[in-house]
Amino acid sequence: MTTDKTGTMLYLDGVSVAFDGFKAINNLSIIVHPAEMLAIIGPNGAGKTTMMDIITGKTRPDDGQVLFDGRTDLTRLDEAAIANLGIGRKFQKPTVFESHTIWDNIEMALKKPRGVFPALFYVADEADIARITEILETVRLLGRKDDYAANLSHGQKQWLEIGMLLAQDPKLLLVDEPVAGMTDAETIETAKLLKQIAQTRSVVVVEHDMSFVRELGSRVTCLAEGAVLAEGSLDQVSANPVVIERYLGR
Amino acid sequence: MLTQALFRALDKKALILVAILILVAVAVPASNLLLPADNPFRLPNYAVPLFGKYLTYAMLALALDLVWGYCGILSLGHGAFFAIGGYAMGMYLMRQIGTRGVYANPTLPDFMVFLNWKELPWYWLGMDNFAFAMLMVVLVPGLLAFIFGFLAFRSRVTGVYLSIITQAMTYALLLAFFRNDMGFGGNNGLTDFKDILGVPVQATSTRAALFAASAIALALAVLACSMIVNSKLGKVMVAVRDAESRTRFLGYRVEYVKLFAFVVSAIIAGIAGALYVPQVGIINPSEFEPANSIEVVIWTAVGGRGTIIGPIIGGILVNVGKSYFTGAFPEYWLFALGALFVVTTLFLPKGIVGLIGQYRAATTKREQHDRDAPTPMQVEAGTDPQPNPAE
Repeated sequence: MTTDKTGTMLYLDGVSVAFDGFKAINNLSIIVHPAEMLAIIGPNGAGKTTMMDIITGKTRPDDGQVLFDGRTDLTRLDEAAIANLGIGRKFQKPTVFESHTIWDNIEMALKKPRGVFPALFYVADEADIARITEILETVRLLGRKDDYAANLSHGQKQWLEIGMLLAQDPKLLLVDEPVAGMTDAETIETAKLLKQIAQTRSVVVVEHDMSFVRELGSRVTCLAEGAVLAEGSLDQVSANPVVIERYLGR
Repeated sequence: MLTQALFRALDKKALILVAILILVAVAVPASNLLLPADNPFRLPNYAVPLFGKYLTYAMLALALDLVWGYCGILSLGHGAFFAIGGYAMGMYLMRQIGTRGVYANPTLPDFMVFLNWKELPWYWLGMDNFAFAMLMVVLVPGLLAFIFGFLAFRSRVTGVYLSIITQAMTYALLLAFFRNDMGFGGNNGLTDFKDILGVPVQATSTRAALFAASAIALALAVLACSMIVNSKLGKVMVAVRDAESRTRFLGYRVEYVKLFAFVVSAIIAGIAGALYVPQVGIINPSEFEPANSIEVVIWTAVGGRGTIIGPIIGGILVNVGKSYFTGAFPEYWLFALGALFVVTTLFLPKGIVGLIGQYRAATTKREQHDRDAPTPMQVEAGTDPQPNPAE
C-alpha cells in the first residue's frame, strides 16, 4: 500500500498471522485517522478479535507493519507498554474487576503513573475525584459507586468498562461488541457516547448489531477470513454483492 | 505521602489487631515474669516460647496470604524463606557459642571442626555481628524471592506451574542444606545455642523478651500488609488475582506488581523464621520440607485468605490444635489436618473469617427483609449475590 503513514493514528499494512497453519489474519491493511471512528463488521472467525489482539500486543503478527501515531511500531511492545502509549481496549466479554467497587474500578483505570511505588503511595487528589465523578456521571453509575462491580447487570458492566476506557484517557479506543446484552435504549445511548468520544479520539468499534452500526454513521470495514472484504459507508458496504454473499446473507 | 499511606493503613480492623498484639506483647511476659508461681493466671515457663512459636507461624501465614490471598500467587515454597531467615539467625547464635562448644574452638562452630575445616567459610564472616546477621535475615530471603520472582513472573509462569516450581525451589534447598559441604551443619542443622545479645537464650526473661519481640514484629507486619492492601497497589494486586491479563491492558506491569508482593512477603517470612529459631532452639533442613510449606497454605485457608486477620487466626488455631493432637493422639494428627483442609475447601471457602462475614450478611439481610419486606425491589437487592473473589 502506498498511503502516507504520517498523520495516521493506526496503520496496519500487510499484517498476517497464522495459528497452526490457519491464517487468522491474511494480508490485512487498515488505516484509522485521528478523531475518526471506524466500524468493523464481519462474520464470526473473520479475525476481528485477533486484529485487536495484534494491536494491543497480545498476539505477535508473523508479517506486516503495525504503527501507532504514524511512527511507533506496536509489534515490538508488550500489553502494558501499548496501553501506556494511549491505546485502550474494551473486551468482547465485559471484563471489570468484580471484587472491587465501581469507584475503585475507575480509579485503577485513571491515567496516572502505573509503577509499583506510585501506586503504593497514591492518594486521590481533588482533581482525580472530580474526574472519576464526572466519568461515573457520563456512564450513569454514580449512584452505585460503592457497589461491587460483580453486582452490576451485563449492560452496566459494559458501561463501566467504557468508563474505565475514558479514565485511561487513550488516543485510540478499541471497542469490541459494546452493545451486547444492552436494551435498545441503552444501545442508542452507547452510540451517542461513542460518537461524542470520536470527536476528539480515534475509535475502532467491532460490532454485529447492524442497527447500532447504522446509528454510529461512521466509515465501515467488512472483514472476512482475515482480510478486508469491502470498505465505505454502511450503505455502500451492505450493498456490496460479495458482502451480501459472505456475511449478510442473500 | 508516606504519612497519608500509613494513616490509611490504620483502618479500624488493623488498629484493633495491632492494639491486641501490643497488649499480648506486654501481658504474656508480665504474667510469666511478675506473678508468683502459685497464681492461677501465671503462664508456665514452657508456654511462653510455645506461644511465641505460634506467633511466628501466624506471621508466616500472613506473609503467604499477602501473595496468595491478595495477589493470587499460590506459593508452595514459602517455608523456604522462613527457613532461610531462621538459618541466618542460627548462624549468629552459633557464632555466639565461642569456646563453650565441645571442641572449644573460638571461631569455628563444632560441626566445622568435626569436618576438619580450618577456617570459617566466607559466608559465615560477619555473622557474629547481630546487626549484620539481622540484615541478612531480611536481605537473603528478599534477594532469593527477587531473583526467583523476576524470572518466574517475567516468563509469565502462573497458576499451578508456579506452585510447582516454588515447591521445587524449597525441595532443592532442602537437599542442598542436607549436604555437609554446604557449611550449614548438614542433617543436624544448627543447635545448642547459648547466648543472644549477651544473655542466655534459654533464660525465662530472654524467652519473655523473644515472645514480646515476636508479637511486636507481627504487629508491624500487620501494619505493613494493611498499608499495602489498602493502597491502590493493593487494589491492583487483587485485580491481578482476579483478571491478570485485563490488568495488563490497563497498563500495569503485572510482573512487577507480583514481584513486589513476593519480595515483601519473603522478607516477612524471613523475619518470622529468625524469631522462630531462638524460641525453639534449633534450625535444620527439615524446615525446608515441602510438606511444611503446604501446611502454611492450610493455616491460611482455614483462617481465611484475602484478609489480614484470617491467616493469623488460622496460623495460631491450627498450631494449637496440632500441639494438642500430637500430644493426645499423635497418630491421628495428619488425618485431622487432611480432614480440616477438605472441610475448609468444601464448606468454608473463605475460612473462619469468611464464616463470620457470612453470618453477618445473613443477619443484616434478615433485618433488612423484616424492615421493608413489602417492596419487591429491596428484596431483590438483598438477594444479590455477594461479590466473591475468584481463584
